[in-house]
Amino acid sequence: MAGLPFPSERQSGPFFNESGGRPVEKQLALEMRGITKRFGSVIANYHVDLDVYRGEILAVLGENGCGKTTLMNMIAGIYFPDDGKIYMDGQEVVIRSPKDAFAHGIGMIHQHFKLVDLFTAGENIVLGVKENGRYRIKDVNERVAAIAARYGFHIDPSKKIYDMSVSEKQTVEIIKVLYRGADILILDEPTAVLTPQEITRLFQVLRRMKEDGKSIIIITHKLHEVLEVSDRVTILRKGEHIATVNTRDTDENRLTEMMVGKKIDLNIDRPAPKNAQPRLEVRHLDLHNAEGIHVLRDVSFTANGGEILGVAGIAGSGQRELLEAITGLQPRVQGEIIFHNPKKDRPVTFFHKSMRRVRELCAQNAFHDGKGRDVSFDGMKTAAIRKWVESGDVLFREDEVMSLRDKTPLEIRQLGVHLSFVPEDRLGMGLVGSMGITDNMMLRSYRKGRAGFLDRKKPRALADEIIKELEVATPGVSTPVRKLSGGNVQKVLVGREIAFMPKVFMAAYPVRGLDINSSYTIYRLLNKQKENGVAVIYVGEDLDVLLALCDRILVINSGAVTGILDARTATKEEIGLLMTKTQAAGKEETK
Amino acid sequence: MSHPSQNAEREPLIHLSKRSGIHPAKAWGIRLAALALGLITCGLIAFLLSEKLRSDPKLIEKFYTAFYRASFGRGKIASDPYRKTWDFLQYSALLLCIALALTPAFRMRFWNIGAEGQTLIGMLGASAVNFYLGGKIPEWLLLILMLFAAVLAGAVWGVIPALFKARWGTNETLFTLMMNYVAMFLTAYLIKKWQPMGSGTLAFANGKLPALINNYLLIILVSVALAAAMFVYLRYSKHGYEINVVGESERTAQYVGISVKKVIIRTMLLSGMLCGLTGFLFAGLNQNITRDSIGGRGFTAIIVAWLAKFNPLVMILMAALVLLLQKGAGQISQDLNVQKTAMPDVIVGVILFFIIGCEFFINYQVHFRGRGQKREEAVK
Repeated sequence: MAGLPFPSERQSGPFFNESGGRPVEKQLALEMRGITKRFGSVIANYHVDLDVYRGEILAVLGENGCGKTTLMNMIAGIYFPDDGKIYMDGQEVVIRSPKDAFAHGIGMIHQHFKLVDLFTAGENIVLGVKENGRYRIKDVNERVAAIAARYGFHIDPSKKIYDMSVSEKQTVEIIKVLYRGADILILDEPTAVLTPQEITRLFQVLRRMKEDGKSIIIITHKLHEVLEVSDRVTILRKGEHIATVNTRDTDENRLTEMMVGKKIDLNIDRPAPKNAQPRLEVRHLDLHNAEGIHVLRDVSFTANGGEILGVAGIAGSGQRELLEAITGLQPRVQGEIIFHNPKKDRPVTFFHKSMRRVRELCAQNAFHDGKGRDVSFDGMKTAAIRKWVESGDVLFREDEVMSLRDKTPLEIRQLGVHLSFVPEDRLGMGLVGSMGITDNMMLRSYRKGRAGFLDRKKPRALADEIIKELEVATPGVSTPVRKLSGGNVQKVLVGREIAFMPKVFMAAYPVRGLDINSSYTIYRLLNKQKENGVAVIYVGEDLDVLLALCDRILVINSGAVTGILDARTATKEEIGLLMTKTQAAGKEETK
Repeated sequence: MSHPSQNAEREPLIHLSKRSGIHPAKAWGIRLAALALGLITCGLIAFLLSEKLRSDPKLIEKFYTAFYRASFGRGKIASDPYRKTWDFLQYSALLLCIALALTPAFRMRFWNIGAEGQTLIGMLGASAVNFYLGGKIPEWLLLILMLFAAVLAGAVWGVIPALFKARWGTNETLFTLMMNYVAMFLTAYLIKKWQPMGSGTLAFANGKLPALINNYLLIILVSVALAAAMFVYLRYSKHGYEINVVGESERTAQYVGISVKKVIIRTMLLSGMLCGLTGFLFAGLNQNITRDSIGGRGFTAIIVAWLAKFNPLVMILMAALVLLLQKGAGQISQDLNVQKTAMPDVIVGVILFFIIGCEFFINYQVHFRGRGQKREEAVK
């Protein structure tokens, strides 16, 4: 025994009991000692220690980019550590590949599922498993059913993957790992794609697995989930191990402080809406996408200026299509999209209107002269009309009402309607990854200025301003934005969209992948837009944030609106129910 | 019980990690080393393949000087000792012109591999004008009409695949490739029609490019001016900006209201026009046409454009480099008496393989087994 390395000595009972007060029956399943991993000059993990016991749920907590996933990937055999050792049951092990990891009883459930759509659950589960004897899917399905019954999963092994919801697919991934005999399960942000009810069910399953003696490592950055489900928490910050604490001895504030390195006010402001007026009206919006799938069903709502309208729903319920339909990126839209341009008692200009259009509007008695009297251009020469209008004495009687349906993004802009849109896919849609910040600023404005040639002066100034105001960490304005971290990329995108002086500001998952500080910066920016009278539409996934930030919450489910709630009085459970309410009915309809 | 010392051996032999950045000097060092390695490898291959070289190892010196001799060697004709150099510069310039024509399309990720046909069809357009009008109208007017016909023909050849891509989403690579053969056989057909008894080469007495000091300088100047113009176009014009956005992400382009179809068509029109212009230069230089007049330069230009990573200014250098290799390889096969083998192609291929392959080592760092172990021991 003398030759054994230090960790296995720790495993021995008496030593252990004295130091930690942990029940004797808890056995170390896996230890990591001094793990270091570098990517080029970037250090992803630096001398990280981690212990996992049998029959416990360990949460690994940390902000994005702190090295949680990298660390787990080293246990799962996807990366190989530059330095450090891994021990299992006191023996040093070398994990070179996912196959090695499975041989040691380690299985990882990744954030992005790796399933064959055309196969059934059972076929996916048995795929790649080397078993003796003949392959009989019936036996496989029986075994799958047995595993499911043991831990309380609900699954039909003969159901095809393409018929499954996200949570069912996740179940298949978990059973896949269990089927291979894994004793240590790593789940990488398993709750990101689930509704509150599904999360509750997942946690029940995890607890049963724990009782069965399995070790579960769950990666997350949601504090309340950590507190709900885990036994212990390991906190990482900037690739280093900060602390491991017992969950029952800690709370949200202390966890945040360890995660971020300083105290943070976790409250989100919600100023009362001022002078909320309808800005964007959506009526009976219906859409089939390019594949002919019915993605939006009779969606109606009104977004008010000076208000944040939240959109809640399971990922892929039509949120993206809804925002794209409004911005003119989806052809074949049915229904109405009506924009109320707040022009009442404001001067008419030629910025976005031709002389002909102004004459037409005048004939419809749309203008007054500032004292309520009618404006008439009868018998006037063009130059005289131009002079009068440009003097600023010709005012609109009412807000302008315009239809945005069947218009391209460019046509919408030429109408003078500024819709800002922060898409979900930041680098694939909102920004050009290979260009610097300056050139990305130009995306919205490059058409202005000298004919044929670009004017980089103003975009450059805007880039400098955004870097300063939003504290974007970048080596320079011409560094490709692809090389920036997620939070900084998002600041660049949101900054540009705000600089566009929008009347409607739409954001899809704007804080996804952002650290706490950056997230709160984004919330503040959204609130500022709201105070400026902008109609903000916020598509989010974290219901706690939606409930704290928004004024109203629209719940969307399979492309249909299942409710619009007052965020001040609604509860998470209520929203969760609406998120799944008609799902069964919707499924039957398509069959 | 496990022995830690054994574990080190079970570590993966090689593992790779992406570099986060590299010093330009180091990157160029890697490239030069790759070039040197490529040349050495070529020498070894030549040694294996050529009996003449094996019997007389001193020839290896000749092998390496071939690259210089082929492109810059003094000629035997006393009146024009720099002929080889001028010739080299002129053909580099023509290669450069085609590579530049491809550049806007490639920047847009439109894989136009039809430069061969677009250039040939431009040459055919110019030749048609020359055939019907040569000698009947003043020479200057003839040249202008030839230029117009060439640019127009090239534009048509370039825009057809673009229209199909924009409208029906056809694959541009296959489409432009097949258009090459259509151009080639159309040329062959028309030559036969115009000169039924001929050998397949149609020669003209008129339509010669005017000399600017000497016969070479005009083409060289045109190509350099084109490179500068293309650089400015891509970097400082709104069109160039749109091309870059479409190339990077069509969804981003749609998001900001750029019409992707319009940009594809407009850019391929430009690409085809420039190929057509190059075809005009060929027509005015050769004063004849065969179906093989372009001689594969339309494909070589693809390599040039890629080597330069679509930067028009770097392309000047790369066009020269590729031609230098080609000519050198031709010279070697002559020196070693292996003209009818694949040796010249092998030499060019091997060197290009090294040059392109070294980019991997610029982007990735290679770690070998045992390094971590050593560090650990050092700590102890």
